[in-house]
Amino acid sequence: MHDVALKPPVAAVHEESRTPYYFVWVALLVLTGIEVVLTYNQVFAPVRMLEVLMGLSVIKSAMIIAYFMHLKFEIASMKWVLMVSLVVCLTLMFVFFADAFRIIHLGVR
Amino acid sequence: MADVAVQHSVAGAYEPSLFGTYSKKIGMWLFLLSDSLTFGALLFAYSYGRISTPNWPTPFGKASIVNATIMTVCLLSSSLTMVLGVLASKKGDHKATVRWLLATMFFGALFVVLHAKEWNGLIHEGLRPFSNPWAKNVPQFGGTFFTLTGMHMLHVTIGVCYLGVVALRKKWLPILLGIWLLGWLLTPATNVFHLGIHVLLLVAVVSAVILVLKPKVYDAHDVEIAGLYWHFVDLVWMFIFPLVYLMSTKVV
Repeated sequence: MHDVALKPPVAAVHEESRTPYYFVWVALLVLTGIEVVLTYNQVFAPVRMLEVLMGLSVIKSAMIIAYFMHLKFEIASMKWVLMVSLVVCLTLMFVFFADAFRIIHLGVR
Repeated sequence: MADVAVQHSVAGAYEPSLFGTYSKKIGMWLFLLSDSLTFGALLFAYSYGRISTPNWPTPFGKASIVNATIMTVCLLSSSLTMVLGVLASKKGDHKATVRWLLATMFFGALFVVLHAKEWNGLIHEGLRPFSNPWAKNVPQFGGTFFTLTGMHMLHVTIGVCYLGVVALRKKWLPILLGIWLLGWLLTPATNVFHLGIHVLLLVAVVSAVILVLKPKVYDAHDVEIAGLYWHFVDLVWMFIFPLVYLMSTKVV
């Protein structure tokens, strides 16, 4: 029983090299560059642009959480509990967007 | 019967963690979850205003976008140096850890300076919490902009000080107080940061209390959880940058 309790954390056991982090850093810079180019050339209409930018931001944040914050190397229960609770809570906030679209299409009533 | 009860003095008498890691890290993750809901609410509120207001101001010209992009590069680079610091601390290389943490603090401080410059420029142009010179019928722009970016700037500032405590411990206090004093004396009395810089004094007091109450050499676990906080600050900016700056780009 004591052996189980004293088992070192998963992330600590994991042998890491620096290379993946450099790749992630470059990928994040490239995605940022894509965002700036898309916006400055006004490739999409505002609402579609917001969707595209937020999509790219979700990809960037997933890379930060997985690699920089090491969640990729944690055990499954930690990943699921943290991410499911976060996504569910944030998704609930989408309820307000229906009203935002109503205002822009129908005006304030 | 009392003899049967768990002997708290025996190492490992407790059950193993459900999440397979140490409690400090779980505590930091829980804090970050709650903080992400704070920022989530602010970001959703900003998005709501942005979508539902057709003539939302677009004050950010080329100079502002270049400045904000450099700020983003600073934060992304600081995340890289932070993760390299965490790796160094896991290897037990204290000198390299401190070097990487100082590099992270440098990028973080540069971010704050560039952000303050951006704020000063906008305030000079006439942006106020309840009015702006670009769209008179969208008075909420200033309030939402300052709240969202100000909250983030505060987090970065606290993050830099947090890393300072972990990297330099008590040596960090006189440095922080020096920065506070210089910043206070050098900024004009009419500047918003003449008052805002007192945050550093507050942080210095809290840091001093922590360092006095729990003087210790911070280990790899402490560096790792400081890193979690820092990466979170970077992560939040990944949403603020496109939402606030890129979505309000002034294309000539």
